[in-house]
Amino acid sequence: MTPRRRRLLWVLGIVAGVGIAGALALRAFQQNVMFYFDPSRIAAGEVKPGQRFRLGGMVEQGSVSRTPGSLEVRFVVTDFKHQVAVRYDNVLPDLFREGAGVVAHGRLDASGTFVADEVLAKHDEKYMPPEVARSLQAGKSAAAAPSGEAR
Amino acid sequence: MLVELGHYALILALLLAAAQAFFGLAGPALQRERWLAAVPSAACGQFVFVALAVGVLVHAFVTNDFSVRYVAENSNSALPLFYRVTALWGAHEGSMLLWILVLTLWTMALVARSRYLPPAFAARALGVLGVISFCFLLFTLATSNPFARLIPAAPDGNDLNPLLQDPAFAVHPPILYMGYVGFSVSFALACAAMIEGRRDQLWAHWMRPWTVMAWAFLACGIALGSWWAYYELGWGGFWFWDPVENASFMPWLIGTALIHSLAVTDKRGLFKSWTLLLAVTAFSLSLIGTFLVRSGVLVSVHSFAADPSRGIFILILLVVMIGGALGLYAWRAPLMKSAAGFDFISRESFLLFNNILLTIAAAVVFGGTLAPMIADTLGLGTLSVGPPYFNPSFLVPILPMLSLVALGMHARWRRGGLGEARRPVLLALGAALIMGLALSLGVYAHPLTLTPIGATVGLWIILAALIDPIQRLRRRQRLPASVAGMSIAHIGLGVFVLGITFVQSNTIERDIALKPGQSAQLGAYQFRYEGGQDIEGPNYEGFRGKVTITRNGAPVSVLYPEKRRYLVQGTVQTTAAIAPGLNRDLLAALGEDVGAGAWSLRLQYRPLIRCVWIGALIMAIGGVTAVIGRRQRGLAPQDERLALNAGAARLHGEGGAR
Repeated sequence: MTPRRRRLLWVLGIVAGVGIAGALALRAFQQNVMFYFDPSRIAAGEVKPGQRFRLGGMVEQGSVSRTPGSLEVRFVVTDFKHQVAVRYDNVLPDLFREGAGVVAHGRLDASGTFVADEVLAKHDEKYMPPEVARSLQAGKSAAAAPSGEAR
Repeated sequence: MLVELGHYALILALLLAAAQAFFGLAGPALQRERWLAAVPSAACGQFVFVALAVGVLVHAFVTNDFSVRYVAENSNSALPLFYRVTALWGAHEGSMLLWILVLTLWTMALVARSRYLPPAFAARALGVLGVISFCFLLFTLATSNPFARLIPAAPDGNDLNPLLQDPAFAVHPPILYMGYVGFSVSFALACAAMIEGRRDQLWAHWMRPWTVMAWAFLACGIALGSWWAYYELGWGGFWFWDPVENASFMPWLIGTALIHSLAVTDKRGLFKSWTLLLAVTAFSLSLIGTFLVRSGVLVSVHSFAADPSRGIFILILLVVMIGGALGLYAWRAPLMKSAAGFDFISRESFLLFNNILLTIAAAVVFGGTLAPMIADTLGLGTLSVGPPYFNPSFLVPILPMLSLVALGMHARWRRGGLGEARRPVLLALGAALIMGLALSLGVYAHPLTLTPIGATVGLWIILAALIDPIQRLRRRQRLPASVAGMSIAHIGLGVFVLGITFVQSNTIERDIALKPGQSAQLGAYQFRYEGGQDIEGPNYEGFRGKVTITRNGAPVSVLYPEKRRYLVQGTVQTTAAIAPGLNRDLLAALGEDVGAGAWSLRLQYRPLIRCVWIGALIMAIGGVTAVIGRRQRGLAPQDERLALNAGAARLHGEGGAR
């Protein structure tokens, strides 16, 4: 084999390897990336049936209820415009509370309840995930506009 | 008054950094000997003033000076003294100060070792460090001054984030920064080599110990952070592919590639331009990491509340520094040609594979970390990328890389094949296969497909790393520090792989509601909730549960998980209780009072999780061993001659003092 051909083989091999790795990564990416929806976009029917996604918004005041003695907890997530009922079956994070921002991962069931497999309320209580902050802002102004109520 | 002096010291440090950058870069270019001599003095002065500024801020914390905004926001008079000191790096402003302090420490180390370098080269490297330091000091003073006053002073402080009130917080950030910022030295040496357009490969020899030290610190820092998150967050996870974790992991991956490509450049004069590119990339990733953490563009547990002006400033800084270095690279890289060749199966080719695969792995992490930001900017929707993407995609390049380690360690330079190491390496593979299968099918049942593969690869790496030291000992040969260091580091890698393999495939987790007296079964272990009581701490109140663990009726451990509420900020925090062991960890964490006398509990069994951190630690020890051994050996004769020639005047001057 001449040095030239050998070098060509090297380059081809590397390009093929990088290509395969890239294709696999892209596939994994497409299958596993999770989109974010707020209650308004869910109400608009933007979520495909069975799609796993991130739900964000505020935990509505007075909406948290438990089945005594079990882990099951239900609450309502709102963006001040629309609401989504959430069911969760695991331990809630420390920073989860009514009136605070929350992000949950999961799917909608047939009745339109969001079944969460993970609930995140990270960081300190002053922190609000930017996408949730945006949803709440949009929801607030939309809710305020028709009634003319000044906030 | 003292606080203003601290602020003033920081401004003086900024001016000295400018002097260091100017004299270091302009001195050699204009051939002004006296300018060269000013560089180390400027660097020392800068260190002194930065240290002074840090000292002043620590004093403000210790004396509860709540007229300083940063102290008022991150400390409290009820906070124990220890955490009042560590609160220094509890938020953005102080961590920038720590970043700069660490940079000046590395600069001082380079000053101390610069007598082994040609004076012009050392001056240029110090000049580049001066530029970096100048930028960061300017950033700190302009957008995040830790000495800003709060008028009127607060009666008491807002307290340190309870998550940070932990002994690990005293060591994790400084060690991580030592690693992160340590790559600035490799970067500076690479830039100096490119500015000079050096055709030799001596710069690689000089760069090696610095890179290995930074890499070892980074390994320790990441492992510490992972261990801390594991017990402090109370969720039992040790790696979340969180953007900030990724930000520290990417420079580590590229740093690992850099160490291996430096070996080829140093020994054989090959891959020169590639090595330079890696050195630039490693530090650029550190900078990007800083940008990701500090600017708040990415959502993360680590991101501090963001101020947009900071993000833009860091972005400009990033473009200038990385762009400048890459421009320099484009200009100079064509000079760095190497003529030597190598066979398809040789040490060089294995190290090339190592480099390519590690770079792909870093690219996979990079893509996943930045995708949400890019999608958001392009208006493609708000998306998030998590472990379901990272875990499989990362394995694609990393598994082949790990499978080649044992062969690469023993391949000969230049010529094809494994030589006399062929037999022991294959024997090691056979032994690893048998042990791996026995472990994954026998000891840890219910394996995944990848379990036996991971176990075999991990064991193969460990056994193959032992071949060289054992052979040398049997022949009563000396074991050079470089060989010992390499073997130790690879053993660490093998231990790490074993740990990851079994913790990923055999962990058992359960969230369950238990009343006092009820119990749950996890594998062979029975967790029994015994009830609990209210507790009161110095700055918190809470509830402490009691969980007894038995295995086939025999007592194993008693755990006391806690739920705390910190009084100043009102934050609730879970303090998990862990029964650690080399072979497994058992964890219990309290969820909340779910009514009817029951508490929700999170219970976990994680086999071999300690191997993950111990493996990383062994890798770091290996790196340090190689560097320290090399120091004792001193400079190779060839370097000494060159250093002497180039630095004759300087050594002459010092002759009298010795």
